[in-house]
Amino acid sequence: MQRVFGRPKGLTELPFHYCPGCTHGVIHRLIGEVLEELDIIGDTIGVAPVGCAGFSLDFFACDFVGAAHGRAQAVATGIKRALPDKLVFTYQGDGDIAAIGTAHAIHVAARGEKITSIMVNNAVFGMTGGQMAPTTIGGQITTTSPYGRDCSLVGAPIDMPKTVATLNGAVYVAACSVDTPKNIMETKKCLKKAFQVQQAGLGYALVSILSTCPTNWGLSPADSLKWLRENMMPVYEMGELKVAEEVKAL
Amino acid sequence: MSKELMKGNEAIGEAAIRAGCKLFFGYPITPSTEIVEYLSKHLPKAGGTLLQGEDEVASINMCYGAASTGARVMTASSSPGFSLKQEGMSYLAATELPVVVVNVTRTGPGLGGLGPTQADYFQCTKGGGHGGYRQIVLAPSKGQELYDFTMEAFDLADKYRTPVVILSDGFLGQMMEPVELKKRPKAELPAKDWAVGGCKGRAKRKVANYALTNEIGEANNLHLEAKYAEMKDSLQRWEAFQAEDAEYLIVGYGTCGRIAKSAVLKARKQGLKVGLIRPITLWPFPEEAFANLDGVKGILTVELNFGQMVEDVKLAVECRAPVYLHNRLGGMLPSENEILRKLGQVFDLAVEV
Ligand SMILES: Cc1ncc(C[n+]2csc(CCOP(=O)(O)OP(=O)(O)O)c2C)c(N)n1
Ligand code: SF4
Repeated sequence: MQRVFGRPKGLTELPFHYCPGCTHGVIHRLIGEVLEELDIIGDTIGVAPVGCAGFSLDFFACDFVGAAHGRAQAVATGIKRALPDKLVFTYQGDGDIAAIGTAHAIHVAARGEKITSIMVNNAVFGMTGGQMAPTTIGGQITTTSPYGRDCSLVGAPIDMPKTVATLNGAVYVAACSVDTPKNIMETKKCLKKAFQVQQAGLGYALVSILSTCPTNWGLSPADSLKWLRENMMPVYEMGELKVAEEVKAL
Repeated sequence: MSKELMKGNEAIGEAAIRAGCKLFFGYPITPSTEIVEYLSKHLPKAGGTLLQGEDEVASINMCYGAASTGARVMTASSSPGFSLKQEGMSYLAATELPVVVVNVTRTGPGLGGLGPTQADYFQCTKGGGHGGYRQIVLAPSKGQELYDFTMEAFDLADKYRTPVVILSDGFLGQMMEPVELKKRPKAELPAKDWAVGGCKGRAKRKVANYALTNEIGEANNLHLEAKYAEMKDSLQRWEAFQAEDAEYLIVGYGTCGRIAKSAVLKARKQGLKVGLIRPITLWPFPEEAFANLDGVKGILTVELNFGQMVEDVKLAVECRAPVYLHNRLGGMLPSENEILRKLGQVFDLAVEV
């Protein structure tokens, strides 16, 4: 019998530990497929963050390094500088990249570090139980914004990909979502391009992906997708935010 | 073999290159800055990579990444910057990554000043970061040792898979002294069969440091403890100077060890049986230097802090002799006469200064 669907080679056999309905799993799968399709599993080193994705180092079939909270991009820089011919990517939550790791997120982009970063934006700190993140939407209730995020007191959400896109060294920045099959396919295209940008040695690439956290949002998986569409998409600019000339030529 | 007049900081940079250091990540801070400057100029020419990180946190984490590939890597800073590296040091200890970290200390607490101090002794020897760990700490006292110890630090780091700290100070870092640029000695080192680098042709590897079950957590900690015990057995190092027949011992490391040596010579001229123990490894602390205290009537520890190493000296001495402290603070150095005066005072000796 012909096999038409299976686990991509870019993933190990280990079952995901993510909560039911969490889109971390979808994103993992897309990256696993991209690693396989580009035939780079054996040449890639991933860097795991702290947060729900901290265990991703077991799920991907390539070599992996676990970093301290927020430091994945500094760690990735060290790996890439030591092994310029290898592909290096970070897989980080929005808390990791837009709160504790902001300085590193800005500076890898400014330096044009030839790595690929994937930011999973679920508008909360997932692992620690749904606290407010810099990406939390105005009015959104979290455990540390129990009356709803008051932007006049704590600031408005940071649109990280948009911020990073202003930096010269960032040559490819995309803001995607995995809420619908169509958007999932789009996201995969962007992920693939972000790795190809690195293969071509063009500069820094960031793919931000809107993701759900049914557990901490207190919603069913289906309602979570709806909440993402209705509340996050209007706030965050979507699409390929920056495609440098040299990337267009790819 | 050539001898060159160089600043202590430059000696560290040159030794790193000759020890095969391939990557350096740093952020400038006085009085360590010449290290990053020297390596900016010379490391790329030697085929290595230097990157100035956005801060010390980035720099130590860049080291973490580079070390995880098995490359020889170093960073250097000075006290406030070294504080920022503590998060990374804890993670390096947990993942057992070999990295050489230089601390050219300046006074504190806080921003402090630029003078020599030994106030980072606790931070370096007791684990400045969280979670309970140890790291090898080497304490040079002159330009040649800055060079030699830096070179050796890379081998020690690789041998034990551990961060190694070179604990210098603003005085040693800035002073110019002749340094013999020795070749790297051959060392038998274990293969880095844990390093990441792409899993083509082999099983996937990971450098991870979480342990969310208590059983694994305990096993990891026991593994580290066993390694630290082995280091304690095999690594203790010190210089004993005129100590064999000494009735009074002065204990001092680094800059203080150097000054104390002059004090010993001066005391001996007066017929006083004074000797010096100069710890070279601050961790593991050279307890063995105090194994035999027959005939020792008293010990004076000389430090540039409120008294930090004196605690380790007391633990090693186990009340077999009285232990006193002479200290200077805030960047001030004791003179040899001052040390002798204190020796005379605490042990009721007739000392001429
Ligand atoms: C230095 C430090 N501070 C805080 C924490 C606790 N912590 C663990 S995960 C996390 C937030 C993770 O949020 P995010 O990056 O958005 O990832 P998610 O869990 O939502 O996937 C925090 C604050 C930590 N591990 N280390
Ligand atoms: S806590 Fe949220 S982000 Fe984390 S696995 Fe569960 S649903 Fe996903």
